[in-house]
Amino acid sequence: MLAALYLPQRQDKMAIDQATVKKIASLSRIAISDDEATAMEGELNNILNWVEQLSEVDVTGVEPMTAVIPNVLRLRDDVVNADPLIGGNRRDDILANAPAAQHGFFGVPKVIE
Amino acid sequence: MSDYRIKGETGEWEVVIGLEVHAQVTSNAKLFSGAATAFGAEPNTQVSLVDAAMPGMLPTPNMECIRQAVRTGMAINAQINKYSRFDRKNYFYADLPQGYQISQLYHPIVGEGTLEIEADEKAGIAANKVIGVERIHVEQDAGKLMHDQHPTMSYVDLNRSGVALMEIVSRPDMASPAEAGAYLRKLRAILRYVGSCDGNMEEGSMRADVNVSVRKAGDPLGTRTETKNVNSVRFVMQAIEHEAHRQVEVLEAGGKVDQETRLFNPDTGTTRTMRSKEDAHDYRYFPDPDLLPLNLSDEFVAACRDSLPELPDAKRDRYLGLGISAYNAAVLTAEVESARWFDALLDAGAKPVAAANWVASELFGALNRLGRDISDSPVSPAEAAELLGLVADGTISGSIAKQVFEIMLETGDGAAKIVDEKGLKQNSDTGAIEAEIAKVLAANADKVEQYKGGKEALFGFFVGQTMKAMQGKANPQVVNELLKKALG
Amino acid sequence: MTDLTNLTVAGIRDGHRAGEFTAVEVAEAFNANVANAKALNAFIVETPELALAAARQADADRAAGTLKPLSGVPLGMKDLFATKGVQTTAASKILEGFVPPYESSVSQKLWDAGAGMLGKLNLDQFAMGSSNETSAFGNVISPWRRTGSDTALAPGGSSGGSSAAIAARLCPAATGTDTGGSIRQPAAFTGISGIKPTYGRCSRWGIVAFASSLDQAGPMAQDVRDCAILLENMAGFDAKDGTSLDLPVPNWEAALSGDLKGKKVGIPKEYRIEGIDAEVDAMWEAGVAMLKDAGAEVVSISLPHTKYALGAYYIIAPAEASSNLARYDGVRYGLRDLPEGAGLQDMYAATRAAGFGPEVKRRIMIGTYVLSAGFYDAYYTQAQKVRTLISQDFMKAFEQCDVILTPTAPSAAFGLGEKNTDPLEMYLNDVFSVPASLAGLPAMSVPAAITKEGLPLGLHIIGKPFDEQGVLNAGLAIEQRAGFTAKPAKWW
Ligand SMILES: [Mg+2]
Ligand SMILES: [Zn+2]
Repeated sequence: MLAALYLPQRQDKMAIDQATVKKIASLSRIAISDDEATAMEGELNNILNWVEQLSEVDVTGVEPMTAVIPNVLRLRDDVVNADPLIGGNRRDDILANAPAAQHGFFGVPKVIE
Repeated sequence: MSDYRIKGETGEWEVVIGLEVHAQVTSNAKLFSGAATAFGAEPNTQVSLVDAAMPGMLPTPNMECIRQAVRTGMAINAQINKYSRFDRKNYFYADLPQGYQISQLYHPIVGEGTLEIEADEKAGIAANKVIGVERIHVEQDAGKLMHDQHPTMSYVDLNRSGVALMEIVSRPDMASPAEAGAYLRKLRAILRYVGSCDGNMEEGSMRADVNVSVRKAGDPLGTRTETKNVNSVRFVMQAIEHEAHRQVEVLEAGGKVDQETRLFNPDTGTTRTMRSKEDAHDYRYFPDPDLLPLNLSDEFVAACRDSLPELPDAKRDRYLGLGISAYNAAVLTAEVESARWFDALLDAGAKPVAAANWVASELFGALNRLGRDISDSPVSPAEAAELLGLVADGTISGSIAKQVFEIMLETGDGAAKIVDEKGLKQNSDTGAIEAEIAKVLAANADKVEQYKGGKEALFGFFVGQTMKAMQGKANPQVVNELLKKALG
Repeated sequence: MTDLTNLTVAGIRDGHRAGEFTAVEVAEAFNANVANAKALNAFIVETPELALAAARQADADRAAGTLKPLSGVPLGMKDLFATKGVQTTAASKILEGFVPPYESSVSQKLWDAGAGMLGKLNLDQFAMGSSNETSAFGNVISPWRRTGSDTALAPGGSSGGSSAAIAARLCPAATGTDTGGSIRQPAAFTGISGIKPTYGRCSRWGIVAFASSLDQAGPMAQDVRDCAILLENMAGFDAKDGTSLDLPVPNWEAALSGDLKGKKVGIPKEYRIEGIDAEVDAMWEAGVAMLKDAGAEVVSISLPHTKYALGAYYIIAPAEASSNLARYDGVRYGLRDLPEGAGLQDMYAATRAAGFGPEVKRRIMIGTYVLSAGFYDAYYTQAQKVRTLISQDFMKAFEQCDVILTPTAPSAAFGLGEKNTDPLEMYLNDVFSVPASLAGLPAMSVPAAITKEGLPLGLHIIGKPFDEQGVLNAGLAIEQRAGFTAKPAKWW
């Protein structure tokens, strides 16, 4: 019913291959196994084939959406800790949930630059 | 055109240089949070929930950072874009809590501008040269990683995370290390005049990404490398020197230059590969949906313009118009503090030319000796004006003024008081001076003969002898006139 | 005494005010219902003590004559709102154990208004889902069942804990968030009301972000009046949210009226999808009749780009999510998976692989792909242009009408596991709700019918920007005429 209207024909059009899936996973910093990549390949292609429909819309002269409801960007006064919720001076709070807080720092595996 | 060339085995190579300068915007609070920006705080104390990218946190922009970027753009005669946007630059790194940097790619706040560097023959810059500035955008700084505190861990301090930066991107218009150095110094001076960045390179307030390529004259642009985060003028010049030579060697050996990011090692003055293009990032820039487009009002832009101080070039031209020498004008305008001090001196009534000479030689000399900056000069502009006034109205001579200045520095007393107490007033009593002249001429009859025989250079000798006899207190003009009369 | 847990928010507020019962009695009654409904899995964290503490305060305030707008009302809080000192997870393993040192602006407003918290409600992981099956803490089970069946049904999503808890009277009302229909679709599935206000009405500060340009908080409750009462206490300008609307909060409750004389209701012809569920279609027809009965004139309108709304949504929302969720990296909070000898980037990849569920990973990867070099314009920019067209469609339609009426969802609640084999099937659930999200418009679902199988269906009203009142009034007109009184039979 609905699906017939809205979903693309399951053609064999594959926008992305497994190498691309792995590249995207790497860019996303999500470790995936070969099996997962294989499963993901089909799913992602289905979704991408489906959103492909957008390309048929004539958007000549149309600006991409910027603000969905008319509104202006407000600028804050340059005052330190004026609102404690967006101010500093709360190291204990900042570190409270850290998996490896040490000596007032966040610890991460050693980085070689 | 610079005539800087690298002499290779196959001929001469030109160097093409562009600089991306990251300048920390002078502000109390961060770009998108209310945490402080002060340098040197305890780790992670100047970090808000927003800076630590806690779930659900949102950015709210700091007006002062926007204002300073606009004023900086105006100071380089750049296009001010009343419509701009913030974009997210996505990448993963431990110093980047959000997983993206809020920056401006598609619509920067400042567009095309220019900056003029002055001729400097010693440095091989034959004539003034205009360097194009492509854009200035506003973005967040990252946090800091410490690698040497733990055997297997790096430590993350987010105090800098979210501090506002201006990225000032030049055109590839520089052709020698000297030009790049001059550009950086001039840019730093302008930022400090404007007050948008303190220019403190040691504290990391200004860092440059250095883009270098080489080519044979007439060839198209070569492949460039980008050396990241070089933090002094000298290092920038060294990095260019090294990188240009390295590229020439690579090319002459039949290789090709990789477009890559490199790191500068200040200890060796060399650069090395940081990461190759193969694993270069795909930053997936897109407009930050948490931030609406930035629309600057006419009033805001006008207020920015009205708040701009006189800038180095304008100030130098004004000084030249006052008869001040090109050298002094350059020296006085190079640093905003000197220029401000000198302007205060003029405001206090000092005569421009004499004042410029005095500041450039006497004051700077004294500060040098004392190891002090002009911002904490022991003598105020008003006190200096009093001293120079005494010279101008003939109360004391230039050489006495030097003595008085020394005493001022030692005691902190005012010039008039010192002259009064020490009896240093200049003598214009023609009778007394004539008497001394007569004695000098009598004691040097041979020299009088030579003078009259055409050796006019001896006139200075007679002036000196007379002044000496008067313990330096004779009015030099009167001495001159009377001597001329006496020597007929 | 009547069962306090059957009362509406207005009933609790007014009864407490009148001294008919104490706030502590109310809190205890709901706490008991929560404790006895583990089978629904609606709560991730229960906070009976917080509900009681607020109730004691409410009773003291009543004695002192300092009652607040929501004194005595306990609420459920979707676990997407950061609650100070109470674990906040977005139903993801990656945030398990995260205890925020801050309170979201919306929840803070509710506490300031005197409400108390019964607990943190389950949801689809990071609000990504339409059935609650993506929660890392197990899916919520709807209190509703098909007549004569014990098949476990979806409570809708992502605010499925909220919808189930209200329908099962575990809380009088709850917060929800809506990115593409996450308040409205679960409301429709469970026979309750829910409103997503105009984008920017409720502060997003402290709500775990899914898709910034779409996320909006809103209330879910038994009826339209309760939605108005709660929305008044959730909405309002917040300088900490750059997209917050700097507008006064209207007195929506006071201005409620089911009289639609002089109003025009638009029926979008493009929503008349062939193959639509017959019962849904019939409900829609009935809804039209109800609004006419309330005095409204019905006009046919056109929303020509509606067809592309879901496609645009499934580019824009994942793109924003891929970036919003980059902060979950195992450095500052939440899960860290550090395999032996792993470097920083390996730690990120391991942490995110272990912490995110499959649907979250899928959306992050789609989002990453559509933003990546070479594809950005074809996907993201194109989608944002289509979004502009969709928004313009609505603005044109609103030249002819005041509100738009559609079904909320294409079907009644489905069984758990029935639709999660193909992500696209699931995405279609939001076909009617997504267009209003893309345009930032206020929209609500009110229960309007019961299917032959005994399941609720909802009608969907979309309003002009800032016109929550128009939406609520049309919702009230339907509520007054639909006679929807069905309740799920207690089996849990
Ligand atoms: Mg750069
Ligand atoms: Zn930069």
